[in-house]
Amino acid sequence: MKARVFVTLKPGVLDPQGKAIHHALEGLGFGGVQDVRAGKLIELDLADGTSEADIEAMCRKLLANTVIENFRIERPEAAMPQKTESAA
Amino acid sequence: MKSAVIVFPGSNCDRDVAVALEQVTGRAPAMVWHRDSELPEGTGFIALPGGFSYGDYLRSGAMAARAPIMRAVGDAAARGVPVIGICNGFQVLTEAGLLPGALMRNAGLSFVCRPVALKVENSQSLFTAGYRAGETITLPVAHHDGNYQADEATLDRLEGEGRVAFRYGEAVNGSARAIAGILNDAGNVLGLMPHPERASEPAHGGTDGRRLFEGLFEGLLAAA
Repeated sequence: MKARVFVTLKPGVLDPQGKAIHHALEGLGFGGVQDVRAGKLIELDLADGTSEADIEAMCRKLLANTVIENFRIERPEAAMPQKTESAA
Repeated sequence: MKSAVIVFPGSNCDRDVAVALEQVTGRAPAMVWHRDSELPEGTGFIALPGGFSYGDYLRSGAMAARAPIMRAVGDAAARGVPVIGICNGFQVLTEAGLLPGALMRNAGLSFVCRPVALKVENSQSLFTAGYRAGETITLPVAHHDGNYQADEATLDRLEGEGRVAFRYGEAVNGSARAIAGILNDAGNVLGLMPHPERASEPAHGGTDGRRLFEGLFEGLLAAA
């Protein structure tokens, strides 16, 4: 079972990295970029049955620093019902 | 007075802190490995050193803050044992929730490595007794993630409660309100980005950092 965790800076938190990327895009001649915010994508390969609450606890305890970051959990396989485990 | 220096994989100022502590206290600190779960019996002072623990993976200090020894450090801090976190140690303390706020990438994105002017904002704390309030001292900084940020309410509380120990006297890293070092609410935990241990003998180019340790241990020994 796979899950993807997106960690992003909270709105309002200064993002020097995003700013630098923004400047670099402008330097390359790309106009029309209003703002850039950089974040992280963390892919988890989990044992079947790992609960949403478990993943959320992982995010709160380690993957995100909730002082400055938000997180969003995406489970692509959860959307597809009963992806059967052949050994089960 | 028994001191302990916590050593994480990637710490690189642990020996510098140990030398500074031994010079001031006359006693070598215990070097405690991050995988240990207990501090030596009778530890009366704990230092989290600078460096790049776990290669700054995920976020600076994030992995170290969850190392086994940090539970013991948190328990000791709750009992009133003084804890100093220098540079990466400061990052570890914020990640561990022992100090508020977070240390983000320097506003200029560059690694900053030079001596900087610091204003001593509070000379009444355990850690700053060796200084005069309002005094300007010089300590070296060497960091990439020293940009201190917290929400406005937290910043106001830190200021109102005299918990801003040091403030930069020049532009360094974009820190909110030029904060260089803060205390916890009980006053026994200090985190700061500048390196007092790297300004502990004349050969370092200055001894303003040594005064932090001298003031601290004078106070601790007088209270003992």
